[in-house]
Amino acid sequence: MKYNIFYRLIVTIIVFLFLFASCAPTIPKEALQLSKENLKNRQLQTRRFDTDEKTLLSASAAVLQDLGFTINESETDLGVIACSKERDATSAGQIAGAVIVALLTGAVTPVDKQQLIRSSLVTRPVHIDETDKSKCQTAVRITFQRIVINTQGQITRREGINEAEIYQEFFDKLSQSVFLEAHEI
Amino acid sequence: MKKKQILLLSLLIVLIMLISCAPSTKQVLATKGSQVKLRSIQTRAFDTTDREKMLRTVIATLQDLGFIVDKADDVLGAVSATKLERYTLRMTVSVRPRGETQLIVRANAQYNITAVEDPEPYQQFFDALSKAIFLTAHQVD
Repeated sequence: MKYNIFYRLIVTIIVFLFLFASCAPTIPKEALQLSKENLKNRQLQTRRFDTDEKTLLSASAAVLQDLGFTINESETDLGVIACSKERDATSAGQIAGAVIVALLTGAVTPVDKQQLIRSSLVTRPVHIDETDKSKCQTAVRITFQRIVINTQGQITRREGINEAEIYQEFFDKLSQSVFLEAHEI
Repeated sequence: MKKKQILLLSLLIVLIMLISCAPSTKQVLATKGSQVKLRSIQTRAFDTTDREKMLRTVIATLQDLGFIVDKADDVLGAVSATKLERYTLRMTVSVRPRGETQLIVRANAQYNITAVEDPEPYQQFFDALSKAIFLTAHQVD
């Protein structure tokens, strides 16, 4: 009987070792697959404006600055602006929960502390009339993502932001900015 | 029988050492597959010479797939982007001319902390790209 337990233990450990060595996590199948969700997000994140690309880009940069983003990278020849900002991520509900847990059990639960909000804005000229270059339209697409870090410095969330209201509000601000830009205010 | 047990135990220790004793600096230049195979997985040729349009379409495709652009360089023809969705997926895509009539698009991806070296995700990416630019992606040898 004694042998049996010993051998079983050894075999289990060896099996686990092989599992550890061979099972690196692999990329999910849907990670680079275009889905309906992706196309819905495209509509959410894109608007067209009756301006040229350069004007729209500088109006967009101005709005991003209004919103407190810092620009990390820009390539005007391709119409790309990448920007980010760090902000508070504490929520009253989560803290209340943590306090109750602490009172009941004495254990300290980490709560969300701060978040890095990242965004890229890309413009693309749309030619509605190939012969007349003065009639130009430009499409703009912005995408937001965020990384939330808790009080222990661990990442608790990393996600794309797909809330319609956020994009709606951004484009409202952008149309105002395009208007201001056009009238040089 | 005691000897057998000692033998097994030492075998176990050797196994543990084998798994844990590769120095982590090896990762700097490490790849799993062969260089040639990796290139054919990550590269496609397109019958166009409009580099700017290709770069803009690469950016649009990455955005469609939920990425945000971290860096774009028109001179180098390279775009880097990140997708966050419980995991972190980073991609760099580069575009350069091939001969007089073609453009080469090369993509490489990193899933969390491992390199993506399966053909399938790249195939999906190039499918999405060729749909967006209305051109066929040719396999490069």
